[in-house]
Amino acid sequence: MLNGVKRKIPNNLPRFVSSDDFLNKKRKLVSKKKKQLKTVFFNSYEEVFDKFNIKDKTTLSFHHHLRNGDRVIQEVCKVIKNNKLNDLHFAPSSIFPSYTNMTELIKKGNITNIHTNYLNGEVAKVISEGKLKGKLIMNTHGGRARAIESGDLAIDVAFIACPTVDRSGNGSGAIGKNACGTLGYCVPDLEYAKKVVLITDNLVDKLDDYQLNGEYVDGVLVVDSIGEAKGIVSGTTEVTKDPIGLKIARDCSVLLSDLGLLKNNFSMQTGAGKTSLAVVNYIKEIMIKQDIKGGFASGGITKSYVEMLEANLFEKLYDVQCFDLEAVRSFKENINHIAMSASKYGNPFEKDIIAEKLDFVILGATEIDLDFNVNVTTDSSGYLIGGSGGHADIAKGAKVTIIISPLIKSRIPIIKEKVTTITTPGEDIDILITERGIAINPKRKDLIKKLKSSKIKVFDIKELLDKTHDITGVPANIKTDDKIIGYVEYRDGTYIDVLRKVHDDYIK
Amino acid sequence: MWQAGSKESNDCLITLKKSDKTKIKIDSIVGHLFHNQILNAVKDTLKSDNINNVEVLVEDKGALDYTIRARLKVAIKRMMKDV
Repeated sequence: MLNGVKRKIPNNLPRFVSSDDFLNKKRKLVSKKKKQLKTVFFNSYEEVFDKFNIKDKTTLSFHHHLRNGDRVIQEVCKVIKNNKLNDLHFAPSSIFPSYTNMTELIKKGNITNIHTNYLNGEVAKVISEGKLKGKLIMNTHGGRARAIESGDLAIDVAFIACPTVDRSGNGSGAIGKNACGTLGYCVPDLEYAKKVVLITDNLVDKLDDYQLNGEYVDGVLVVDSIGEAKGIVSGTTEVTKDPIGLKIARDCSVLLSDLGLLKNNFSMQTGAGKTSLAVVNYIKEIMIKQDIKGGFASGGITKSYVEMLEANLFEKLYDVQCFDLEAVRSFKENINHIAMSASKYGNPFEKDIIAEKLDFVILGATEIDLDFNVNVTTDSSGYLIGGSGGHADIAKGAKVTIIISPLIKSRIPIIKEKVTTITTPGEDIDILITERGIAINPKRKDLIKKLKSSKIKVFDIKELLDKTHDITGVPANIKTDDKIIGYVEYRDGTYIDVLRKVHDDYIK
Repeated sequence: MWQAGSKESNDCLITLKKSDKTKIKIDSIVGHLFHNQILNAVKDTLKSDNINNVEVLVEDKGALDYTIRARLKVAIKRMMKDV
């Protein structure tokens, strides 16, 4: 049966209807875990496995706040291998290239099912090539919170890396030798997993200010190191020097201005790439020149937003994960740099979420099609290279969703007749900005009207596709394998697309 | 052996060798989408320059056709200078 974005989904599975369809559904909520009176201290990962009875088919969860610096998931994988456990279900909020120990466990069947919001590196490669015996479910950041809180994703044991923990089991990411700032993604794990263990390399007597409430914590494991702070930095602190990126960024800022989106109390979110950073800089210039003070910026917070908060250009920052060490410092020092949980960020069923309060968001795309559907999950040959993260959540929530991308990346056109994989439905994508022109989703007649008097020339997205093909040639259709390796789960819990094994001809 | 180009993104490195018959080998990051276009660009350029009996290796990082043609022409010129 076809779903709401015309993808074929196997009959017994929940089909995506539209991004608004959650409004017709009742929130499903299981009770939070029982609060603990006493926190147990463990001596080793092995002891955690033993006491929490981790055996075959157990579901384990992790967060990705330490990104490429994470050591906890690597250590847990070693114990699984030594204990010869099979058919485990892993639910890390994201999977990074440094999580190399997962690869062998996937190939050998120790890990057979995975839920995650984003993945790249070796794990992404082996799953793309069909090595995971069960299924991969790709969630959004808000959707993962929904899945956990509704009981759809039931976690047996949550391993939560935590930079500082006190003797009552309260946890904070703000301080410690591996401080990583806010710990927004693991809040649902903390409150809903059957058992929770915090792993730390900095035990203190008492924390006055903490994000993770020790009443939900069953155990604490103190280790030499939970990771390496230098691996925490994600994204970039460099503004692009590429003339194409700069043109896109400048056009984007002009467009925001022409649409009247830069005004007092406005709110925004962008990614952390070099071009996004250039957009933020242009926006900053306009704000200073026109004396505009923004309400808030949210996200993955980076240094450039910290500077704007400190320059009083934004009132507040809402932060689910700190992308660099400057953001970590600001989170610790500035009361207006506020932590948010994954649920408060983007869970469709939660009240007053930040995603719904955003005026505009600026996002990337690997592919976008003539219906404005966006793919950030797979590349042009079908390899997994990322995933939604918050993409689908904020695209739905924001009043205006803008995609910025070069029209051509190494000869590959970003506009396609049909995207390889749908991550975010076209109904939530409003504007595409490329170096050779802008396209607006025809359903946003209000935006088209507002730009009538603008200097910016608007094209039909099909015109931009034809322009691209004139330059690159028409690409061949890619071959796909029949084998289904997993699904892209939309934030409301329905399936928006199917993930297939990469065709043997493309295996690297 | 004669070369032109680079392995930078959006460019290609062309390597020519003497051979008893014309051989074209394409190693491209976009081969799954553009193999035929790349092959045709190489064949056309060889034909228009009247070149036979060479082995052409295209190591492509997403170059557009005009880049591939230009790089191949320069490699051919370098070869002609030597023979």
